[in-house]
Amino acid sequence: MEVTTAGRSRGAAIAEVVAFPGRMMRRRSHTRAQALAETTFHGTALTCAVLVLVSMTAIFVELVRNSRLSLAKFGWGFLTSAAWNPVTSDFGAASSIFGTLVSTAIALLIAVPLSLAIALFLVEMAHPRIARPVGSAIELLAAIPSIIYGMWGLFVLAPYMADHVQPLLQKFFGKLPLFAGPPMGIGMLSAGLVLALMVLPFITAVVRDIFALVPSVMKEAGYGMGATTWEVTRKVTLRHGMRGVLGGVFLGLGRAIGETMAVTFVIGNDHRIAASLFASGNTISSTLANEFTEASQPLYLSALVELGLILFVITFLIQIAAQLWLKHISHRLGTDK
Amino acid sequence: MRRRPSWPRKLSDVIVKVLAALSALFGLVFLAWILYVVLRHGASALSWKFLTTLPSPPGVGGGGLANAIIGTAAMTLLACVMGVPVGLMAGVYLAEFGRGNRFATLVRFLVNVMMGIPSIIVGLFVYTIMVRPVGHFSGWAGAVSLALLIMPVVARTTEDMLTLVPNSLRESALALGVPHWRSTVQIMFRAAKAGLLTGVLLAVARVSGETAPLLFTALDSPYWPHSLNGPTGNLTVTIFNYAMSPYPNWQQAAWGASFLITAGVLALTIVSRALAREKK
Repeated sequence: MEVTTAGRSRGAAIAEVVAFPGRMMRRRSHTRAQALAETTFHGTALTCAVLVLVSMTAIFVELVRNSRLSLAKFGWGFLTSAAWNPVTSDFGAASSIFGTLVSTAIALLIAVPLSLAIALFLVEMAHPRIARPVGSAIELLAAIPSIIYGMWGLFVLAPYMADHVQPLLQKFFGKLPLFAGPPMGIGMLSAGLVLALMVLPFITAVVRDIFALVPSVMKEAGYGMGATTWEVTRKVTLRHGMRGVLGGVFLGLGRAIGETMAVTFVIGNDHRIAASLFASGNTISSTLANEFTEASQPLYLSALVELGLILFVITFLIQIAAQLWLKHISHRLGTDK
Repeated sequence: MRRRPSWPRKLSDVIVKVLAALSALFGLVFLAWILYVVLRHGASALSWKFLTTLPSPPGVGGGGLANAIIGTAAMTLLACVMGVPVGLMAGVYLAEFGRGNRFATLVRFLVNVMMGIPSIIVGLFVYTIMVRPVGHFSGWAGAVSLALLIMPVVARTTEDMLTLVPNSLRESALALGVPHWRSTVQIMFRAAKAGLLTGVLLAVARVSGETAPLLFTALDSPYWPHSLNGPTGNLTVTIFNYAMSPYPNWQQAAWGASFLITAGVLALTIVSRALAREKK
């Protein structure tokens, strides 16, 4: 009977088998049925695994197939042409790609240092009683749907930027072309800021895990020599975890580059390449979200699908780089994550 | 040997500590700000009528989003029915059958990549296979695109959770002559129950707030969803359309919908977190 005293959930099934060997006997007489069940189960699992492979392949194939009109007409020039004119059927991806890169760059410039600081706070400085709720709250930022960031960005952040932040920036840096033009609130800068908030929890989570993996013996050795918290952080933790931080940045990059709704709300949706961060622009995903259902002619639709294909390829490459990098790191740090 | 003065080191230490604490505060402030705005605008839009009636035309007061609430619920549920079993079995394959084999390594890799593919691309894909060929938008297409987003998340957590189950449990079951499939379903699943449920809940939380994949698939509709065979109203696309409109009563309704979505997603997330913590 000692079997039944084991943990109920995990032990119950074994206990049943042990307590009623007769059932096993009966089962043995149905070996063919058993073999069939086993094969079916294994087969179903395999099919589902294959389905993952199939869907990824199908996404790529379908995107290529549906953009063939545009691929044939514009060729590689599609990537560098800044034209976007549905009336004359002249399309190019340059402004969308530009906007995607710029908004992502702004987002990472803001989010990476902040994430590092927050991770340091959570791992090295805060008392666990504070670090835990604060950590959970930061993670909650990742749970808020993209469209809510969009609503907040459009109705709250953009007016605030136009009234307070942008005039202030112009007062101090107004000479720079980066901050030229009327402060409208919506535009590249606001889009980058919203994106930064959205990727912040992802980068923080990765960096926090990496920092927590730094062996405490190494940190204690630093403290033992009289180093301050910052010195230990800079010379031990950061140096040890730098590669992991890069992996986290990759993940954040992948997130930011494909983000759709929040950006569509605040970027202004304008096909142009402007030097000013206050100017409105567009990204690949915002163009898709805005124009796809309106695209009537086949070539227009095809050009939009090609934009999607470009985004797919970019994120695919980033994801692969991030996966390989993180695998490399965890291997080095001796943990399998 | 002269000692270097220690105050610059202590000062820089204090400065960095202050900066780090401020950064954490910065994150918290934005979280609170967003939640506060959604709560304030959303709560005033909510009423019994809002939950039970159809949308009203622009300029006319009143009206609700009952159709969108039903549409979102129906498509999310359907997406779960399609996405969860497939994800679960793919996870089972990775954890139970595919250890160390090359195909499983490839699939594991693709599952991770798929989790990072922008949801709008999934919407685009489903548009090309389910909307374009038949010539009209449909709730089914919306459900399929959500299912495609659920699948990799569930597969990943299932694999992680099954891998956490001690091997000795697996071996004792097999040693007793329990077939592999039975040991998986009756022993592994039971041992990893809380973890599996967490994964499913997180996946559902993630997709129920998704907008981009529905834009090209379910689109939106102001009518009762009699079947999923045509454009189907849903909360998130409604928010997008209403927020971009110039009509105050529509914008108000968008806030109401935002409140519902946020409350739902956060509740799901917090419940699944609590479940995961209980497990530990």
